[in-house]
Amino acid sequence: MTPEPDNFEHLLRELAPQVLGAVIRRFHEFSAAEDAVQEALLAAAMQWPQEGIPDNPRAWLTQVASRRMTDYLRSEIARRRRETEAALEMDQLAPPPAVHTETDQDDTLILLFMCCHPALTTSSAIALTLRAVGGLTTAEIASAFLVPEPTMAQRISRAKSSIKDSGVPFSLPTSRERAQRLGAVLHVLYLIFNEGYTSSSGPQLQRLELSHEAIRLTRAVHHLLPDDAEVAGLLALMLLTDARRAARTGPDGDLIPLTKQDRSLWNQKQISEGIALLTTALSKGSIGAYQLQAAIAAVHDEAVRAEDTDWPQILALYELLKRMSGNPMVMLNHAIATAMVHGPPAGLELLHALDTDGRLKGHHRLDAVRAHLLEMAGDHQAAITHYRIAASRTTSLPERNYLMTQAARLSDQ
Amino acid sequence: MKYILMMTGTKADFAWYAKWSKTDLQAQLAFMHSFNKELKESGVLVATEGLAFPNQAKLVRAAADGTPITDGVFPESKEFLAGYWIVDVETPEQAYQLAARVSAGPGPKDRGNQPIEVRPVMSGPPPEML
Repeated sequence: MTPEPDNFEHLLRELAPQVLGAVIRRFHEFSAAEDAVQEALLAAAMQWPQEGIPDNPRAWLTQVASRRMTDYLRSEIARRRRETEAALEMDQLAPPPAVHTETDQDDTLILLFMCCHPALTTSSAIALTLRAVGGLTTAEIASAFLVPEPTMAQRISRAKSSIKDSGVPFSLPTSRERAQRLGAVLHVLYLIFNEGYTSSSGPQLQRLELSHEAIRLTRAVHHLLPDDAEVAGLLALMLLTDARRAARTGPDGDLIPLTKQDRSLWNQKQISEGIALLTTALSKGSIGAYQLQAAIAAVHDEAVRAEDTDWPQILALYELLKRMSGNPMVMLNHAIATAMVHGPPAGLELLHALDTDGRLKGHHRLDAVRAHLLEMAGDHQAAITHYRIAASRTTSLPERNYLMTQAARLSDQ
Repeated sequence: MKYILMMTGTKADFAWYAKWSKTDLQAQLAFMHSFNKELKESGVLVATEGLAFPNQAKLVRAAADGTPITDGVFPESKEFLAGYWIVDVETPEQAYQLAARVSAGPGPKDRGNQPIEVRPVMSGPPPEML
């Protein structure tokens, strides 16, 4: 049977972290094991389409990767012997049988914790997660981030060195560290999801759908930790946001704000799934920031027309979120919701507080929101001024086009 | 976040550069070589190019029928791009650090530290926009 290319790619990516876990357990060397698994994945991608998927694909991949590891260790030992004549580290060739109770599923989690370790920079954690857990090639990751492949290869290789240097053991974090470390994992997944939006300039055909990859990985984490409400919340947030993807941009890549989107293009299947996940998560009683953001996305998604949006509910959710995080972006969105419920002057009043807060000083979003609220209040001249200031400050090209168009629309009237 | 680091100079600056001593030129080449290598190895280099001297530059305008009209006359005060680096870093401060290294690169004793223009490279759409 010749499998569909999509099927075995999906299978390979799903197996990647399990195989890597098995190889690390056997050889105790993360960096080289990761390279060996990549080679095994490439070999499978070449051979399986012709020869069919083996009966036990996981065992096949583990065997190929282990063979590569043995070759690597032999040449390492030969190299060391040549260089130092030091004693052979034979134990590396024949590791003791691993005593472990963890399952393959745990391996995927352990790898995630490892790749999202606080010792790594954010961009390294993202790259390493996509390769070691996501099973993507360096070329695919490089193309998604619009950087040259050798640059991405160096980033990954440095990330692996940092992990080696930090001496992180290949095991689950202690229960004391666990919540914090899981937070770091979810943050990295969230960043990968957002990156799927922000790096979408560049050649569309070669671009990997990072948002979909983030959803796939978060789904895997949710599957492993079904009782964690924040994991479910993050997955719901991704699904509820991604559901609007087709309506977010016009034919020329121009941005369409939520209120102007063609809601018939929203993906109802994803919306239902997101809402179901969120409802279960909220019933568990430990409400976190991802669940609240998902709840806000759900309220938007549930409105058939923009004017049907339940803004009082969104405002109430932002009040909760504001208490939970001091993030000034949350305060900015809270000001918009306030304006929608109590009128633009009330929203503008809240922006004054953000002016003195200082953390958003010079940030284009503050000017963009102010322009929007000023327009709602009927002060078009001031709105034009702030749309233009915001346009001059953003580093997103589609957003700059959008903001300039808003200013032009008002001044043409 | 991607940033471009731009090195510029007037025609007079280029003429002065063309007269550097062999020792100064070699020191500069060695610096550029190791700087670029370091950028590559640290996983931040997106692109780097050096440009031809300004006497190779042409100003092109389209005539009424769309055909190009070229002109090579520039005011003496014009700053020409000499070369650039595009780097992918986590913070603007990292880009400024790299620019400062180029600014303080080797050269004749009277060189002084050269200004390097740093500017963000535009990205795709923002994650969410109400």
